[in-house]
Amino acid sequence: MSSTPLDVAKSRPSALPSQDIMARRRRNRYRADTLARWLVRAGGGGVVMALALIFVYLFSEVLPLLRGASVNEVTSYSAPAGPSGVESVVRLSLERYGEVGIRYSSSGTLTYFSLESGQVLNQYQLNLPVGVEVTSVAMAEPRARRAAFGLSDGTAVVIDHLVRLDFPEGGARQVLPDVQYPLGENPILLDEQGRAITALAIQKSRDDTGVVAETDDGRLQFIRFGTRTDFLTGDTEVTRQRWSLPPAGQPLTHLALSANLWTLIGAIDDGELLYWDLSTPAQAVLRDRESAVEGAEQITELRMLNGTFSWVIGTSEGHLSQWFLVRDESEGVADNVFYLQRVRDFKSHDAAITRIQPEYTRKGFAVVDESGALGLHFGTSARTLFLKEISDRPLRSVGMSPVDDQLIVEDDQGQITRYRVRNAHPEVSFRALWNKVWYEGRSDPEYVWQASSGSDAFEPKYSMIPLTIGTLKAAFFAMLFAMPLAIAGAIYTAYFMAPRLRGYVKPTIEVMEALPTVILGFLAGLWLAPFLENHIPAVFTILVGLPVAFLFTAWLFSRLPRAVRLMLPEGWEAVVLLPVIVLVVWLMVFLSPLIEVWFFDGSMRQWFTDIGITYDQRNAMIVGIAMGFAVIPTIFSIAEDAVFTVPRHLTQGSLALGATPWQTVTRVVLLTASPGIFSAVMIGFGRAVGETMIVLMATGNSPIVNFNIFEGMRTLSANIAVELPETSVDSTHYRILFLAGLVLFALTFIVNTVAELVRQRLRARYSSL
Amino acid sequence: MATTEATPSIPQNQTTRLWLKSGDPWIWLIGGGLSISLIMVVGLLTLIAVRGFGHFWPSELIETTANVNGQTTTILGAIADSETLPAVRMREAGMAIPEDQVLATRYLFELGNRDVTGRDFVWFAESDLGAWRYPVDAIMLERREWGNFFGYAVALEYEGRTVEGEALWQTLQLAIDRANDLYDQVQAIEKGEIGRINTGLERLRLQQRRLEFDGVSGAALAEAEADMAAQRAELDAQFIDIQGERNQVLEQLQRDTLVARTADGEQVRIPLGNIVMASQNNALGLGGKIGFYVQRIHGFLTGFPREANTEGGIFPAIFGTVTMVLIMSVLVTPFGVLAAIYLREYAKQGPVLKAIRVSVYNLAGVPSIVFGVFGLGFFVYLLGGSIDNLFFPERLPAPTFGTPGLFWASLTLALLTLPVVIVSTEEGLARIPRTIREGSLALGATKWETLWKVVVPLSAPAMMTGLILAVARAAGEVAPLMLVGVVKLAPSLPIDGEFPYVHLERKIMHLGFHIYDVGFQSPNVEAARPLVYATALTLVLLILILNLTAIAIRNRLREKYRAQGD
Repeated sequence: MSSTPLDVAKSRPSALPSQDIMARRRRNRYRADTLARWLVRAGGGGVVMALALIFVYLFSEVLPLLRGASVNEVTSYSAPAGPSGVESVVRLSLERYGEVGIRYSSSGTLTYFSLESGQVLNQYQLNLPVGVEVTSVAMAEPRARRAAFGLSDGTAVVIDHLVRLDFPEGGARQVLPDVQYPLGENPILLDEQGRAITALAIQKSRDDTGVVAETDDGRLQFIRFGTRTDFLTGDTEVTRQRWSLPPAGQPLTHLALSANLWTLIGAIDDGELLYWDLSTPAQAVLRDRESAVEGAEQITELRMLNGTFSWVIGTSEGHLSQWFLVRDESEGVADNVFYLQRVRDFKSHDAAITRIQPEYTRKGFAVVDESGALGLHFGTSARTLFLKEISDRPLRSVGMSPVDDQLIVEDDQGQITRYRVRNAHPEVSFRALWNKVWYEGRSDPEYVWQASSGSDAFEPKYSMIPLTIGTLKAAFFAMLFAMPLAIAGAIYTAYFMAPRLRGYVKPTIEVMEALPTVILGFLAGLWLAPFLENHIPAVFTILVGLPVAFLFTAWLFSRLPRAVRLMLPEGWEAVVLLPVIVLVVWLMVFLSPLIEVWFFDGSMRQWFTDIGITYDQRNAMIVGIAMGFAVIPTIFSIAEDAVFTVPRHLTQGSLALGATPWQTVTRVVLLTASPGIFSAVMIGFGRAVGETMIVLMATGNSPIVNFNIFEGMRTLSANIAVELPETSVDSTHYRILFLAGLVLFALTFIVNTVAELVRQRLRARYSSL
Repeated sequence: MATTEATPSIPQNQTTRLWLKSGDPWIWLIGGGLSISLIMVVGLLTLIAVRGFGHFWPSELIETTANVNGQTTTILGAIADSETLPAVRMREAGMAIPEDQVLATRYLFELGNRDVTGRDFVWFAESDLGAWRYPVDAIMLERREWGNFFGYAVALEYEGRTVEGEALWQTLQLAIDRANDLYDQVQAIEKGEIGRINTGLERLRLQQRRLEFDGVSGAALAEAEADMAAQRAELDAQFIDIQGERNQVLEQLQRDTLVARTADGEQVRIPLGNIVMASQNNALGLGGKIGFYVQRIHGFLTGFPREANTEGGIFPAIFGTVTMVLIMSVLVTPFGVLAAIYLREYAKQGPVLKAIRVSVYNLAGVPSIVFGVFGLGFFVYLLGGSIDNLFFPERLPAPTFGTPGLFWASLTLALLTLPVVIVSTEEGLARIPRTIREGSLALGATKWETLWKVVVPLSAPAMMTGLILAVARAAGEVAPLMLVGVVKLAPSLPIDGEFPYVHLERKIMHLGFHIYDVGFQSPNVEAARPLVYATALTLVLLILILNLTAIAIRNRLREKYRAQGD
C-alpha cells in the first residue's frame, strides 16, 4: 500500500473538525433523521387515526341501540308470610330506589319487604268486617300506585302504597314504607244491593277515582269518587256519583279502565273483548266487541300499558297482542266513535300467560307464564327484548322497578327471585325507525317524528322517514336549482368565455363557496321568504321569462349589422346578458302585483289555498334557492375544471372536421367531461344533504312527509342541531340523533368517495389521450 | 345562388333556421346561466353591504299625519321599508285602502318610543299618510333601554337648573358626554372590581370543598379555615367600600334629565343615564352625517349588546370568534402539517395510502354538524367529564370542562378544518420541484434535513394558504358550534385579567351564531334586522378578506414555482 494523497492530507493538521467529531456529528444527524421519521409517523399516523376515531366513536354510541335486554339473577328468598301463612300473590311492585319490595296477597294483605334479604319491614291488613272476604282485585296503572279489593258484601277498599324518603342527620338516606286509604280506611259502598263484587276495575284521574264493578248477578256499575281537600282545615271530603252500565251478558274475567275514565275494556270467558264508551256516563254504551282469540283459547291476562291508551292481552296459548281504540272515520258515523283494533302481536310464549306488568314510564311490559319463562316486550317497536325460561316452576307474578333497572318474580311456591335488568333502548327497532308504525290514538300506521313531549304518558315517535325524506327533498330542490345554472355556467366559462374574462369570473364564483351558510340562511329566511311570498307570480314569470329573454337577445344580436356584431369580442355574450337579466327581473317583480290582480283576484297565495295547495312562507322553494346558491360554486368549480381540461386536440380535431362550436361541445367535450361533471354533481349533492344552517333558518322545520315545493321540511342535520342540545346524555333519543349523524356521515362519505374515484379515473384517461 | 344574392336578402325564416342550426342561441342560453350566477353573487354581496352599511347612516326623520281607524295622529320616524302590493291583500291585512286603488304602497315606519306607544315599528298605507315634512329640530336619541326615541327636546334639567332654547342642544351634548363617562365608570366598577371580589369568594368556597375532599382535618383544617375566614372578611369589607363608591357614581349619573316631547305632544322625562347619543338627523350636513356614521360604526364594533342582543354592539361576538379561531389555528397547524408530511414524504405509497388519502380528503365534505355531534359526545361529555372528575371534583356537580365551552369548540373546529390544512400542505409539498429536493440530498443532507431546511420553508406559503382557508371556514361555521360551546349571551369574555387569563372552559359568543340568534330567536325582529345585516356584513368582510389573502398567496406561489421549474 503506497501512501495516497488522502493519507497525506490526513497527516497534516486540518481546519476541518477531527474525524471523531465528524463521525459523532454524522451519528447525531442520522439519529435525528430516524427520530424525525418516527415522530412524523407517530404524529401523522395519529392524526389519521383521530379522523378514523370519528367514525368509530359515532358507531360506538349507536351500537347500544341494537342490543336486547339482559336479565341477571341477584338473590332469591321465599315470599313474606302473612298471619295465615304465605297467601297467593296478586301483585308485586318495587320502589324507585331498589331497596323495598311491595307485595299484595289475595286476601288484601300489603307487605313491604327488604329486596336485599326478603325480610318483612311492614305489614298492613285490610280492615274487614266479620264474615266478609275479598272476591276481586283491581290495580290502577303503576304510576298511580293504587289498588282496590272488591268484597263479598258489595263494598271495596282502596289502598295506595307509597314510600317516603328520610334523611336523618349524618345518616344515609332511608326509604320508609307507608300506606294510605284515599277513600277512607273502612270499605266503601259500591253496590246498594250488597251483592258480591266479582270483577273490578279502578283508575286514578287527577283527584278523582273511577271504579267499575260487576256484581255476581251480572250488573255493571260505574262509580266516580271525587276527593276535595279543604285548604284551611285540611279535611278531605269525598263525593260519590254512580251510573249503571249496560251489562256484558256473560261473567267478566277481566276489567280495565282508562285514566280519563272514558273507556272501559272487559274480557269474557270465550275470549271476546268488550268496549264500553263512558265519555258521558249517563249514556254509556257497549260500543264494540270483538273476539281476540282463536278456538278454545282464553284470555288469561289483560293489562293497560302506561298512559292507558292501549292494552295488552295474554292468552292461554301464550299469545300476546296489543290493542287500542281507533276513531271510526267511515261515513255516517258520529264524531268520537271508536272501535277496537288489534294493533300488533308479540313473540309468543310457550305456555299460558299468568301475569303482564307494564313499565312505569314507557310502553314496555314484562310477562311471566306457566312454563317459568320471563319475557320483556315493547309496544311501539313491537320488540321482544328478552324471552327465556328462568325458572323450573310456573311463575305467578312479576314486579317492575319504576326506573326499569330491577324486577322480581314469584313462582307458584312463593319463591321470590330478584333480577337486575338492563333494558335501555327498547323503543328502537329497524321497523320502528324505517317502517310505518301504528301509534296510539292514530287512525292508521304512519311515519312520524316526534321525539319528546311534556307528558309522562307520551309515546315517543322515532320514525327516520320524515327526516330522511326532508333531507332528500331539500337536496333535490337545491340540485334542481343549482345544477342547470352551475353546469351551464361551467361549460360556458370553460369553453366559450374570453380567457381574460374567465380570470375574473372563476375566482368570483369560487369565493362564494366560502360564504358562511348562516348568512345565506338568514337572507333566505328573513329577506327572500317574505319577498317571494309577496311576489309569487314573479317566480313563475322569471322562470319562463329569463330563457326567453336570452334567446330573444341572441336573436336580436344576430340580426344586427355585421359591423356592430364584430364590436363585441368573442366570448363576451354573458356580459351582454347582465343588463337583460336585471331588466327582466325588475320588470317581473314590478308586474307581479298586477298579475295577481288580473289573474288571481289579488292574492296568489289565497288562490293556492283555494285549489288545495298549502303555501308556507318558509318552504322548499326558498331552501332550494338558498341551498342551490350554496352548492353552485362547488359544482361550478369542479365541472369547469373537468371541461377545461378536455385535451385541446380533441376539440380542435372536431372543429377542423367542420363541426360548429356548439356541436363540438355537445358531441365531444361534454361526452369526454361527463364523468367529471357527474362527480361535480355528486359532491354538490353531498354538500346539500349535510347543510344545516340554511335549512334550519329557511324552513319551518316541521317533520312532514311530502314533496310539495311550497311546504317546508325537517332534515336530519337541522334536527340534530335543534334537538341534540336538549336531550339527556345516553338516552334513546340521544343515540338516535347520533344515528342520524352516522347516517349523514356515511352517506356523504360514500357519495364523495365515488365522486373522487370517478374524477381520478377521468384524470387518468385524459393523460392517456 | 350565394354569389348573386347578398347575405341580407336571404329570406327571414331561413336565416332564423340557420341561426338555430348554428347553435349560437344555445351558447347564449348557457351564457345566461353564468350571468344569473354572477348576478346572484354580486347582488347578494350588494344587498348585505347596502343594508349593513346603511344601518348606521343617519336616516331622515319624517313628520307626517297618519289616519288610523278614523283617528288622525302625528307621527315622527324614519322609513325602514316599503312595498307595493295588490290592494286586496292590504285590505285582508286590515288596512283601509280606498276602493278605486288596485295597487297600494305601504311604508314601515320606525317610530321608536317603545316606552310610550308600545309599538316601535308600524306599517302605514300611503293613502293614510298626510304630507311629509322634515323638521330640522327633530331629534333621535339612542337609549340604553326601550330602544330609540324620536321627538323634540323641550328642556334639560342640568346641574339643578333648567336649560331651554338656543343653549339646549349644546348643553345636552355636554351632559350626554358626562353621563357616558359616569356610565363607563359604573360598568368598570361592576365588571372589574366587583367581578374580582366575586371570583375571590368563589375561589374560597372551592378551597373549602377541596379541603373536604382531601380529608384535611385537625389543626391544619382549623388553620386553613381561619385563614379563609380572614380573607373572606377582607373581601366582604372591600365589597362594601366598592358598593358605596358605585352608588355614589350612580347617584351622580341620575342628576340630569331631558324633558322631551313626542310628535303627538306627549311629554316624556328621560334620565341622561339612559341616553347613549343624541342627534338632529335632519340638521346634519354631510360632514356631520359622516361623523355620526363613523361614531356609530365604532360603537357597533366595540360595544356590548343590549336589550336581548337587538341593540348595542357585537364586540363580544367578534372577540369570541377571533379567540376561538386563534386557538383552533394553534391546534390545527402542527397536526395538519405533520399529517401532510407523513402522507407525502414518509408513508409507503400504495393502494392503502391512496385509500387513506381519499378518505382524509373526503372528510372535508362531511357535514359540519357531524363534527358537532362528535365534539359534543366525545370531547364534551367523554373527555370533559373525565377531566372534571380528575381535576375539578370540588366543583361538581357544576361541570367545568364537562359542558360546551371555548376549548371544545376550538378542538371541534380544528378537527373539521384538519383536511383543509392537510390537502393544502400536501399540494405545496408536491409542488416543490424534484430538482431542489435532489440537490439537497446530493449534497449529503439527510431526508429530515432536506425536509426541514429546504422543503418545509419552501412550502410554508402553501401551509399558510391552508391555514387561512381553514380559518375562513372555521369563522363561518355555526352548526357544530351550536352544540359545543357557543351561546347567545356570554356573561364574560374568554380572556380577561383574572388568573389564568385565558379561560378555556368559558362559553363564548360567535358572529355566525349571533346572526342566527338575533335574526330568528329575538323578541323584536324588526328592531333586530338592521343589526343582523350589519353583523352579517362584518362576517362576510372578515371571510372575504381571509379568502382573498389565501388566493393571492396561492397565485404568487404558483408564479414562483413556475419560474423555478423552468
